[in-house]
Amino acid sequence: MARFVVRRGISMIALLFATSVVVFAFFELIPSYNPARAIAGRNANATTVAEVSRKFGFDKPIYTQYANTMKLIFTGQVIDYQDDLNVVDQFKQRFPVTLSLVIPAGIFWLVAAILLGSLSAIRAGRIADRAVMVAAILGVSIPVFLLAALLLYLFAYKLPWFPNTGYVTFAQSPTQWAYHLILPWFSIAVLSIGFYSRVLRSNLLDMVNQDFVRTAKAKGLSQRRVFTRHVLRNSLMPIITMFGLDFATLLGGAALVTETVFNLPGVGQYEASAIGNLDVPPILVGAMFTAFFVVIFGALADVLYALLDPRIRLTG
Amino acid sequence: MALDPLRSRRREPDALAEPADAARGTDTEVIREETVKDPWTEGRHTAAIGPWRLALRRLRRNRVALAFLGLFVLLVVICLLAPFYAKHIAHIGPNTNNITGTVNVGGQQKDIVAPDGVPIGPTFTSRYFFGADENGRDLAVRLLYGGRTSLLIGAVATAIIIIFGTLVGLLTGYFRGVVDAILRPFMELIWSFPPVILGVVVGTALALGGLGPIKGNSILIPAFIIGVIYIPYLGKPIRGEVLRLREQDFVDAARVQGMGPWRIMLSEILPNTASTIVVFVPMMLAYAILLEAYLSFLGAGVQPPNSSWGTLISDGITYIQTTPSFALIPGAMLVLTVLSINVVGDGIRDALDPRSQVRIKV
Repeated sequence: MARFVVRRGISMIALLFATSVVVFAFFELIPSYNPARAIAGRNANATTVAEVSRKFGFDKPIYTQYANTMKLIFTGQVIDYQDDLNVVDQFKQRFPVTLSLVIPAGIFWLVAAILLGSLSAIRAGRIADRAVMVAAILGVSIPVFLLAALLLYLFAYKLPWFPNTGYVTFAQSPTQWAYHLILPWFSIAVLSIGFYSRVLRSNLLDMVNQDFVRTAKAKGLSQRRVFTRHVLRNSLMPIITMFGLDFATLLGGAALVTETVFNLPGVGQYEASAIGNLDVPPILVGAMFTAFFVVIFGALADVLYALLDPRIRLTG
Repeated sequence: MALDPLRSRRREPDALAEPADAARGTDTEVIREETVKDPWTEGRHTAAIGPWRLALRRLRRNRVALAFLGLFVLLVVICLLAPFYAKHIAHIGPNTNNITGTVNVGGQQKDIVAPDGVPIGPTFTSRYFFGADENGRDLAVRLLYGGRTSLLIGAVATAIIIIFGTLVGLLTGYFRGVVDAILRPFMELIWSFPPVILGVVVGTALALGGLGPIKGNSILIPAFIIGVIYIPYLGKPIRGEVLRLREQDFVDAARVQGMGPWRIMLSEILPNTASTIVVFVPMMLAYAILLEAYLSFLGAGVQPPNSSWGTLISDGITYIQTTPSFALIPGAMLVLTVLSINVVGDGIRDALDPRSQVRIKV
């Protein structure tokens, strides 16, 4: 276990370092990119630009700039170029919004996928199975923003059942919080459910013919117990890995499309506006934020593996 | 394990005849009939059916896939007719502004763009069939030209993915060692980012600065970015296959015959990965078109004045309350195209290899 934690810790540091270096170097390589001019404004003259450049340290060599930026990020003092806001504070403020968007959506999508996947494996070839297959192929063919737009049109404007945009914190009113987030949850979750169900279905069908399943049946266990304790438990691993990665990137800002369409003030929305303005500090922090969650959830998935299947040891 | 059609004929007939998938039991009978004729298992020289022809035969029986192939061809033809539509029906180019003009709808002259800046909705007449945008440009014309752009970007990106993904997979899988150590970190780095975020960052940057001789608003830039992003998604599975294939006897035989590494890679190993590559072509096309839509939606893909389905949805979403067709019509075109590619792709995959499992998510 200690070895596992140490190795994952090292790989996290390596990934964070690689990510930050690549993102940082990438912007330096863009010929027309000049952050000093962006900060100074359109009408600034050359002296102002030079002054800004000196103030922010853009005249220093790139490795010094990189070291300074990293120092600012880890001491929580880095500010964005666009609005002079503290980037770390922005992420702290906005992260609860992203969490309240992503966690319920993730639970909904995983539970629904396990139920539908089991259903379509048990009733393979019948109507329920076909329906899940159609849902899966539709899910990978529809972009999230289009589904979000369609839901907004149908259920916020045409039938005014749900509010169109906006966010209410959980502390203010839990019911209003959920009411405002139902459409966003649905648009994040629904497209992935079909695909996850299909993957689970094919794992389940592979598992049914294994020896240990026959043994379990021969012991006289009930159908239900054989399915839940033996077949399903062993089939969950691939979708846990998939889910860990998808969930991590959603936390890191991959929900930016949904947050943009529904105007939710989350991490992704901040990153989207920063990207549009080529505002390096938020992009850099966002990329490292994502990398952080990718490693954490990769490790969590491995821990879950070991819990589900005691033969697997955590070696890192 | 992948059932490669190029090697499948050497398998025992029982292994092939066993229903690979409970839901797909209907195939078994025909397959068994064909494998019985197999000269390797029967020892008789009856005419063998090649694995590709077997796959084609299975695909031809898949009515759903064929119907969606027809739909895809139809959509492509419609988009390719964009210049014809612009010239002879709409009488306006895709980037021609017409803010002050009027259009005759049911005998009435109506402003194309109202004084408050709101464009006209669908007229369902030859001019401004689907309405206009804020600059008075004909949306139907832009829809068709946009479709051409989206399809072209998809095609160029897919070509990049297939060529370089295969090359990277072959090189890293065959040489391993140093080549692997150099190329794999790049693949892992690309792989570990969500494609949308990576694409938006690179796309915004390159739209501003251009890429060498290519201007920032060229549609080749999103095509290039999408291509590069998805290279590892093909490179990784190909590498895995090559790692497995290079240990097989026929590769040793080629080596003993004195073949060089390039010749072994191209004439011994590459043909054995062909079915994987064929499966990836439609899948990559679908994902490339989708990613283009995401990037354009976020302003990092196709740049003005060009349009694509993604930019049209992005522009139209402003009017989702009053004129939902602005966003939903390009959306429908996009979904129908990607859906038809996916259904055909699934059909091809099932025909070649009923058990394969590949996944990517935008």
